[in-house]
Amino acid sequence: MNPFHMLIPEASSLAPRIDALFWVMVTLCGLVAAGVFGAMMFFCVRYHRGHRADRTGWQAGSLGVELTWTLVPFALFIAVFVWSLFLFADARTPPADADTLYVVAKQWMWKVQHPTGQREINTLHVPLGHAVRLTMTSQDVIHSFFIPAFRVKQDVLPGRYTQLWFTPTRLGTFPLTCAEYCGLDHSKMGGAVIVLSPAEFARWLKLHGTDLSLAARGAGLFRRSGCGGCHGSNSTVHAPALEGVYGRPVHLADGATVMADERYLHDSITLPNGQVVAGYAPVMPSFAGQLSEEDLLAIIAYLKSISVPSNGGEPP
Amino acid sequence: MSAADPVMAVPNFLDRDYRLRAWLTTHDHKRIAILYALGITFFFFLGGAAATLIRLNLITPDGALLKAQTYNKAFTFHGVVMVWFFLIPSIPTTLGNFLLPLMIGARDVAFPRLNLASWYLYMGGGLFTIAALVAGGVDTGWTFYTPFSTMFSNTNVFLVVAGVFITGFSSILTGLNFIVTVHSLRTRGMSWFRLPLFVWGIYATSLVMVLATPVLAMTLALIALERGLGVGVFDPSLGGDPLLFQHLFWFYSHPAVYIMILPAMGLVSEIIACFVRRRVFGYRFMTYSMLAIAVIGFLVWGHHMFVSGQSLYASMVFSILSFVVAVPSAIKVFNWTATLRKGDITLEAPMLYALGFVGLFMLGGLTGLMLAAPALDMPLTDTYFVVAHFHYVMVGGSVMAYLGGIHYWWPKITGRLYSESWARFAAILMFFGFNLTFFPQYILGYEGMPRRYYSYLPQFQVLNVLSSAGASVLAVAYLLPILYLLWSLRYGERAGNNPWNARGLEWQTRSPPPKENFLEPPVVQEAYAYDQAAPNAGAPPNIGTQVSGGGPGGGTASGGGAAPTGESLQ
Repeated sequence: MNPFHMLIPEASSLAPRIDALFWVMVTLCGLVAAGVFGAMMFFCVRYHRGHRADRTGWQAGSLGVELTWTLVPFALFIAVFVWSLFLFADARTPPADADTLYVVAKQWMWKVQHPTGQREINTLHVPLGHAVRLTMTSQDVIHSFFIPAFRVKQDVLPGRYTQLWFTPTRLGTFPLTCAEYCGLDHSKMGGAVIVLSPAEFARWLKLHGTDLSLAARGAGLFRRSGCGGCHGSNSTVHAPALEGVYGRPVHLADGATVMADERYLHDSITLPNGQVVAGYAPVMPSFAGQLSEEDLLAIIAYLKSISVPSNGGEPP
Repeated sequence: MSAADPVMAVPNFLDRDYRLRAWLTTHDHKRIAILYALGITFFFFLGGAAATLIRLNLITPDGALLKAQTYNKAFTFHGVVMVWFFLIPSIPTTLGNFLLPLMIGARDVAFPRLNLASWYLYMGGGLFTIAALVAGGVDTGWTFYTPFSTMFSNTNVFLVVAGVFITGFSSILTGLNFIVTVHSLRTRGMSWFRLPLFVWGIYATSLVMVLATPVLAMTLALIALERGLGVGVFDPSLGGDPLLFQHLFWFYSHPAVYIMILPAMGLVSEIIACFVRRRVFGYRFMTYSMLAIAVIGFLVWGHHMFVSGQSLYASMVFSILSFVVAVPSAIKVFNWTATLRKGDITLEAPMLYALGFVGLFMLGGLTGLMLAAPALDMPLTDTYFVVAHFHYVMVGGSVMAYLGGIHYWWPKITGRLYSESWARFAAILMFFGFNLTFFPQYILGYEGMPRRYYSYLPQFQVLNVLSSAGASVLAVAYLLPILYLLWSLRYGERAGNNPWNARGLEWQTRSPPPKENFLEPPVVQEAYAYDQAAPNAGAPPNIGTQVSGGGPGGGTASGGGAAPTGESLQ
């Protein structure tokens, strides 16, 4: 399907599907372009002044012709739109069994945290054949996480979490780049995605393992930052309990209801008075500046871990 | 057309008042057009110099020529200058200014003083931009994405933003002026559907200028507020939203693409009609499609943001609307091609530029369709694929059209003929140079080379060297017209009033036109009457008689025996 295989491999489950659409479009567009170029050249030669050609029956327009070349392209466009839409919806919806990794971008590096606690900079080790979901944020300007061989790209913004997922289908090392201009060393803000076999990946995790999983590190931060003083079960301060909060709808003081997702939790820590839970006083201080984006992700991982009914949360 | 003709005794607009002061205070739309042309040419070569630095730097993978910071400033300056100080004003303010009143049979635009004021605003904005360059440049990219531009860049953002802000008012006022002119100053018989397509293109673009540019002004003002006073609008650490900036910016900047291309579409229609000696196929569809582009063009800005974090549903809507806006462009390409059929074609330089425009614009448009599909946009956006795509539309499209227009109306504007063979050579060289420069960039983008990189992976070098080689060919092709056009001013043959035997009111008056354009208001009976003899063939140049003697039975198709069927749509 891909004549440029040598230059750019198809290394994710999405890549061949995206390339299929790409090359169908290239073929269609190529045919249209060749047709129009061909017609233009043919007419320019055949109807050049001095050329004896039949010029009778010339018309200054024709409703039927106009409608034909309005409606036929339009129908083709709709077909491409629908195809692209289903593909894009898939590309935007991580499979339920995907592992979540956390990415923090800053000028000019990528910092990755694995749920099991491993941290790496400008590299990303992932297992072959397993879906990986990246939850990403930036601590300064907008960046864009781009793995050409996987055909995936997602902007990484300060102040919100964006997501990207892929399932690697080829072993090897593939370039990772920043695609959104982010200042001086934008061109150097790259790295590599290293796809390992599941066994090798397990070995890699063990080799780089730390004592603490990401959630456990978050629990430590939660404790050290004094969060439990108010949010703990035996606290005298009236603050919402956080067990089970992740993924649940939250009713706010202003009457709105929001889903307690990663961004909500993040903003509740850094901008606590922006979305106050109904029935509680806005007394929480902001932790913006005290906790880095990576720390915030660890705390969120901890809050997620105490919201999963099956494992009941890890010991703080 | 001897000098004894009474009309020849009327001095033309260049003949009197040579003094600088007279030029700088002129209210004559034709002189203002020339003032603009000087400014625009200057900025084109300034932006071209920045492009030269970029292409030289990219010959080697590690960017041997420039430091990262200098490279970032070079592409920012290239973008800012080419977008706001060349492409957007190019056709409307030069050829549009010169031709709009002539084409509708008016003496001037509706507000001649405002027209001059617009030029001063343009130059004033330009001075700020040059001041920013002298002060050390700016490194935000022409898109000024926040929060980089407001909180992180420590270059001259204020100066550049001020320059663009000011020149934006030149756009707004020019658009306003043209809209009023078309509505109120059409001569007798010049009904809406007799308007030349160039006038329709200028009219449609003026609507976009007036409606979109104020949003840019607001957005730039908000950048200044956040950067200067720390008012949190776009920076999340101040409670702002960086995507808000992108929405506001592209709400202007996508329609701005249509500001650049609509006049080009109109202009090319004039050229093709003239050198095919036929009315453009599907005149009404051509006008409707330009208006459709102007309107739908306002609703597609989110296709710049498919990977920005915008919701899937928003992307869906912007995607389908982007496909819809491509339909009228497709109609136009097919209509231009159909116009050639059964024509009486000659391939003078303006026609070569026009045909080059159709081909390159089509390739730019087709690759635009790929980018309108979010699933393809995801890997392709922010790579060289996008760079190639918009250069095909704006440089292959708008610049080719602009140069075609300059060649086509040069005899009218200056009264002189340039060297036809040099002009054809330049047009062909430009076409090849352009493709050599930008086609490799499509492949680079597909392979994953991001844009705005001053260094790149070694496997991208071959294509980058090809592109840089093409750029040097292109540079020569852009310099050639300067030489032979200037040469023609002194040594060129006198053009006569209608060297192309074209229709349209501007060819009825003398070359160069008198200050008043027409001594009496002309009367129009039909547009694009290429099936009829030139109205003043052999007669004294018309400054006031009827334009086409299209009486009953007056028209016969020039090529064959059949009378024109007329346009069935009309």
